[in-house]
Amino acid sequence: MRALKKLLYGVLDWFEDRTGLVSKLKPIMEHPVPKESKWAYVFGSATLFSFVLQIATGVVLATMYVPSTDSAFQSLSHIQNGALFGHIVRGMHYFGASAMFMFIGIHMLRVFLYAAYKYPREVNWISGVLLLMLTLAMGFTGQLMRWDQDAVWSVNIAAKQAARLPLVGDWFSRFVYGGDHLSGITLTRFFDLHVFLIPGAMMAIIGLHLYLVLRNGISEPPKAGAPVDPRTYKKQYEQLLKKEGVPFWPDAAWRDALFGSLVVAVCVALAATIGAPKLVPPADPSVLQANPRPDWYLMWYFAVLALSPHNLESYIMFLAPLAIFGTMLALPFFFNRGERSPKRRPWAIAWVVIVVLGVLGLWREGVEAPWSPRFQSPPLPNSLPSSAPVAALHGQVLFHDKGCEYCHTINGLGGLRGPNLSNVANRLTEQDMVIRILNGGRNMPAFGGILHPDQVSDLVAYLETRRLHPGPDLSQAR
Amino acid sequence: MKVEGVNVTRRRLLMGVSIGAGSLVAAAAAIPLIGFFLGPMYRKFPPVWRNVGPLDKFKIGATVQVDLLTSGGLPWDGPAQRIGAWLRRNNEQNFTVYSSKCTHLGCPVRWIPSAELFMCPCHGGVYFKDGDVAAGPPPEPLQQFPVRVKNGYVEVQWRPEQVQYTKLESPDTGCSGRSTKLQQIKPLDREVV
Repeated sequence: MRALKKLLYGVLDWFEDRTGLVSKLKPIMEHPVPKESKWAYVFGSATLFSFVLQIATGVVLATMYVPSTDSAFQSLSHIQNGALFGHIVRGMHYFGASAMFMFIGIHMLRVFLYAAYKYPREVNWISGVLLLMLTLAMGFTGQLMRWDQDAVWSVNIAAKQAARLPLVGDWFSRFVYGGDHLSGITLTRFFDLHVFLIPGAMMAIIGLHLYLVLRNGISEPPKAGAPVDPRTYKKQYEQLLKKEGVPFWPDAAWRDALFGSLVVAVCVALAATIGAPKLVPPADPSVLQANPRPDWYLMWYFAVLALSPHNLESYIMFLAPLAIFGTMLALPFFFNRGERSPKRRPWAIAWVVIVVLGVLGLWREGVEAPWSPRFQSPPLPNSLPSSAPVAALHGQVLFHDKGCEYCHTINGLGGLRGPNLSNVANRLTEQDMVIRILNGGRNMPAFGGILHPDQVSDLVAYLETRRLHPGPDLSQAR
Repeated sequence: MKVEGVNVTRRRLLMGVSIGAGSLVAAAAAIPLIGFFLGPMYRKFPPVWRNVGPLDKFKIGATVQVDLLTSGGLPWDGPAQRIGAWLRRNNEQNFTVYSSKCTHLGCPVRWIPSAELFMCPCHGGVYFKDGDVAAGPPPEPLQQFPVRVKNGYVEVQWRPEQVQYTKLESPDTGCSGRSTKLQQIKPLDREVV
């Protein structure tokens, strides 16, 4: 044992003599950090741990994944079902991506709340915003690597959105497709982006980010009444570190190591137990019975596209990202001094609440997608009394056959696009119903040219039976 | 050495040569790299006629899916070179073929025969059987592919679909805000309960 220890030290001495790395790294690892930088500071390193997990699992997955539209799905099926530990590695990659999205969001909210973007850490913040943008790009391009039905139609959606950009829309649309329509080159280009270009850019920016964290120091927890003044901040910070600084390793880093390890452990555990989402049918643009949806971390954007006012959505598609990321990038230039404490920055708390609630609300809408027709709705069970007219029975069948049920709910069955018609007769007269059916509306087709008058009568007869008993009889009242 | 009032030392000269030569070589290497990367964007895909079946395969008044092969595919394209389209036989010799891509954001519209509507599963776009917008966010009618009858067979011309570039204005028509077909309200021809 002693001999082994001696050998190891000997190797280390030799390595240090030739490289000097240990003596260079030691002061970096032991640089002083504010004593109070505790658990609230672990989310940045958790994001880094997630990124490293993505790199490791991505490198392994790339040994079997074939980035060809002809074979991508088959290679993924083999990874999932045939390769040793393949389903776990794929699951780790999936949950690692989810963790990365979650922690980069929390980390940025913490930095924003603590106003750590102020002097002298403006470039730390800017590099963080760039990393957020690239993480989103990784999420989107990663979804395409599955090359399933969701992926192939997501490319079309991306190209259509890119085309809405003024002046450069044509160019960007072609950039997305790698031509003027989907082809084999589309996937290889996205593979290139996902595996080489974006991770390469991320590594470079992460390097800059970490260098700046070392150079400018970890921001101290903010205190009310201690505003940042660029003329005096660095001196005050140095004094703080001299007075109560602790070495980063191990006094502060142990929390990062522990939390980061926990993140990786949870990703592995989830991959082994729940696993990555099941593979859906392989990409085939000629299969039109598809129902494309983004991965969970982009579901909020799916809702944005559906809920935007139709006449403004083109503007929203390219102006909103410009405005959001432009504002984030510009933030430290306009607010690089002054109070850091959230207690003195109530608007910062309000912004965080708005952003969190907004994203969660949009995400929930995206998951439910009430605007999407429910093609799978079964025919309505007969709920009519035996005394109901034959026309109403016919109308009940037509309600399903003519697609009304895809968008309207009756007794819990059907879509959510249009109003719930369970008790429609309580609020609409027979004439109101006829007008709506024949003329449609903003989100409802006009059925005047589709339905035969008899069918309209039957549908109205059925809808007339849909009333809450006892309830106001509007047809009589009017 | 003195050039126009500036002292050119050996050190400055070497710096200039290094940076200049390096920049030139980098630019020379970058041209083929960027060209290779962006080149596919400018590939031309010529229109091509595809046989989708004999004339009697299609019923008058019916809308059915037909599959087309794109042109200019690469050997490893596989299913990526297939697309689906909707063919409607209007009468004995007249056909219309609609693109399956929603003009809103390109999701696959599906034909609902009983409702005689094309419906998009993504954001709620709906089209009439003639491809006109019936409801929802689509800004334009479904695109169409040229179609012809040749030697008793129906042929559809595949060509890259146009993308609505820089569509910044609302295509609103009429008070409903959409190009819905406003129908005359017809009186019910029989009593309803």
